[in-house]
Amino acid sequence: MKTERIIGTATPRKEGRDKVTGQARYIDDLSFPEMLYGATVRSRIPRGKIKKINFGPGVAWNEFVVASARDIPGQNCVALIGTDQPCLADGIVNHQEEPILLLAHPEPHSLPNAVAAVSIEYEPLPAIFAMEESEQQSEIIWGRDNVFKSYLIEKGDVDGVWAHADYIVEGEYTTGAQEQLYIETNGVIAQYDPQRGITVWGSMQCPYYVHKSLMTLFDLPQEKVRVVQVETGGAFGGKEDYPSMIAGHAALLAMKSGRPVKIIYNRAEDMAATTKRHPSRTRHRTAVSKDGKILGGEIEFTIDGGAYATLSSVVLSRGTIHAGGPYHWPNIRIRAKAVATNMPPHGAFRGFGAPQSLFAMERHTDRIAHMLNLSPIEIRRRNFLKPGQTTTTEQRINEPIDLEKLLDRALQLSDYDGKKQRFAKENQGSMRKKGIGIAAFLHGAGFTGSGERYLSSLVGVEGQPDGGVRVLVSSTEFGQGTNTVLCQIAAEALGLSYEDVTIAQPDTDQVPNSGPTVASRTAMVVGNLVASAASGLKQTLIRAAMLDESCTPEEFRAACRKYIAAHGELRSFVRYEPPAGIHWDDEKYRGEAYSAYGWAVYVAEVTVDLRTYSVSVDDFVALQEVGRVLHPVMARGQVLGGVAQGIGFALYEKVEWREGRMQNSQMTNYIVPTSSDMPPVRVYFEELGNVHGAFGAKGIGELPMDGPAPAIVNAVEDALGIPFDSIPLLPEDIFAAISKSSAYETSTVSVPL
Amino acid sequence: MTEDSQGKVELSFEVNGEERTVRAYPMERLLDVLRRELGLTGTKEGCGEGECGACSVLMDGALVVSCLIPAAQAQGARIVTIEGAAADTRFRDVQDAFLDFGGAQCGICTPGMILATVHLLQNKPRPTTDEIREGLSGNICRCTGYLQILEAVEDAVRRSSRT
Repeated sequence: MKTERIIGTATPRKEGRDKVTGQARYIDDLSFPEMLYGATVRSRIPRGKIKKINFGPGVAWNEFVVASARDIPGQNCVALIGTDQPCLADGIVNHQEEPILLLAHPEPHSLPNAVAAVSIEYEPLPAIFAMEESEQQSEIIWGRDNVFKSYLIEKGDVDGVWAHADYIVEGEYTTGAQEQLYIETNGVIAQYDPQRGITVWGSMQCPYYVHKSLMTLFDLPQEKVRVVQVETGGAFGGKEDYPSMIAGHAALLAMKSGRPVKIIYNRAEDMAATTKRHPSRTRHRTAVSKDGKILGGEIEFTIDGGAYATLSSVVLSRGTIHAGGPYHWPNIRIRAKAVATNMPPHGAFRGFGAPQSLFAMERHTDRIAHMLNLSPIEIRRRNFLKPGQTTTTEQRINEPIDLEKLLDRALQLSDYDGKKQRFAKENQGSMRKKGIGIAAFLHGAGFTGSGERYLSSLVGVEGQPDGGVRVLVSSTEFGQGTNTVLCQIAAEALGLSYEDVTIAQPDTDQVPNSGPTVASRTAMVVGNLVASAASGLKQTLIRAAMLDESCTPEEFRAACRKYIAAHGELRSFVRYEPPAGIHWDDEKYRGEAYSAYGWAVYVAEVTVDLRTYSVSVDDFVALQEVGRVLHPVMARGQVLGGVAQGIGFALYEKVEWREGRMQNSQMTNYIVPTSSDMPPVRVYFEELGNVHGAFGAKGIGELPMDGPAPAIVNAVEDALGIPFDSIPLLPEDIFAAISKSSAYETSTVSVPL
Repeated sequence: MTEDSQGKVELSFEVNGEERTVRAYPMERLLDVLRRELGLTGTKEGCGEGECGACSVLMDGALVVSCLIPAAQAQGARIVTIEGAAADTRFRDVQDAFLDFGGAQCGICTPGMILATVHLLQNKPRPTTDEIREGLSGNICRCTGYLQILEAVEDAVRRSSRT
């Protein structure tokens, strides 16, 4: 029986009132006395040597502060996992839009002309833009072989399965780059003081990532770098690593000028220069028995990392581990690699590699069904992972997950069978072809494998003089609800009211490092630590004989006030301890990849209009099991937002590249869903509970990004009878496929136009 | 409007019920005048080309994107920003509905969304669901998938019809 008072209720968003009244202060809303504005001179070629930098006429250069790689006191890199990416190009550029030079001026409107007046002479070098070129190694542009990282997962005996297979099904699937398109562009303000060091305020997900990179860039000890996250207007992974770059730039200008420096990207710069979702290519070769059981298979998963390593190794890791989907593979071999090209580095975007490999898996599952003349439902039913079976990394499923039950509920909620029959009938002779498609998938919560152990997150809860408590974490709010759910968890753990709990602004001088706000880890991993730290606080009061275990909120607040009056402060910190039974082998890529998974079945209904070749999504059922739902409104909001981004990923969002440079870096021509494009999305949760997360919660942020694209493209195939294996799937692609398909023309020829 | 040595002119208009006079370049964006000269930072810049609606304000009762309005065009106009809408008790239901229904996540599109809602409800106090969709279709939100925003507006309509 659930006895929680606050968990599972829709408490008001902590910073909500400020947001709806326009009072919330984002980075561009802040201004410091004597502040300068910074701008970035960027590469206009994909690869080459910098021969000469000319400061052109018509600009009062004496009014500008100029910083280059030579001004960097420490190591010229954006220190993340590796250190290969320079903060400012020094002698060589490896992609379009690479930062070369920084300018600052008191008047922001003076900057665009000055940036344009800097001309750079290059000696161009051959550049590569496609994964295939990188693999062929016609040019080596990174390391010895253009490979940032590769993984091999092997389970069972794949080579032995082909001889026994009744069918061997092959397919190749690709996904494109996708822009995060947070509505607030990247921005920071930096201040430098020779005694106190650097302070940076900014829009970001991970204050301690920025902190680490600034220490390296400026060769400063940790106490001389302070990073403060201010209200952040969306991120979706896009503010995981790039804020470290901009923070370095603003801090260099601040050091050189002795004044605070603000850098805010305009939309075109943000879209063209910062990271996007990795383009991917996945090849499947699957051995299947005639009764529709997967015997084994090979998956080759390749992503385009761009010019520097950034986060590619970890994006690849997640994509690799999710590549087999929610299915039981008795035998499998997954080869994965992230390759270098002269594109701007690709980075984190909600789902982090999994939407790419799961798109392939879920399209391929439909292909297998088609080949065997089975329904898409039946092929999934016969191959779902069951408790006791193992994943591709040989992680035993210990959760009581019943994917068939999840599937049945999704089918019923979406009226799958009824619609399937009706569409088959109604599509005949119609110019509006309707289809229904399904995707089943999973998403691991938290860092992969040993990741959480290495992060070793630290979380605090402190008593306040008024008797309430404050949560101390570096976990950031950028819309997803961090502030609210962590306060709910602390309030629940302490028996306090939600209003008694506040959360500190993430400031590296004030809060411990609770790890980055990524990987669907905040509610589950950080939330659990908040609950433990809160309990620790209570225990301190009990041990001091100021409180009984069963106390009222009033008694707690009185004890808290009394303790603080007597001892000055009341704080409790808890560090992450890996749950028992979590073993991960980084060499063999084998073991417990995640301490918990979210599971889902999504159903999409589409109409393809044969006059415009456009696809509209008419209905959408999103059913998931994410453990305990901590906040019903926000959990649903996460799913709805993820589905919208998934619809964009599938049908609208295409980055047009020319020579490695984004051509449509505007909201006019990079199209994302509007309110008119959204179908009714019906969101449902199953709750099995999970021993690891706070009050049984698992991660939820990324899961909803994984399923919409394959469900939609499966529905398009259902509508047209034509398979599509690449996204984004635009009207011109559908037009081209229909034009090529002669069989299709004869079947529609009788339709009057 | 005579230009000074910097090329700036004196402009007067009403903002949130108060007469304001500023010195601005005639072609300066109204968005920048509101944010920098008047400190009304609730109006946000999302794209700078009139596509996203984050910088929406009401100008003489019309919903406009302030990134595309030259300052000179605001001379004599009556402007309402999110700060004005937030202080207006008539629109309290809209705020509350956005909070209760999850209509604000990261919050950066929210001021524009709320002004688009206010504009819609002033012109159509009982909009249909399709009219709400249409009324907000000029405002891009990347967090919510819109549905909770649409539900919030429907709820605001219900709340106002009760009173």
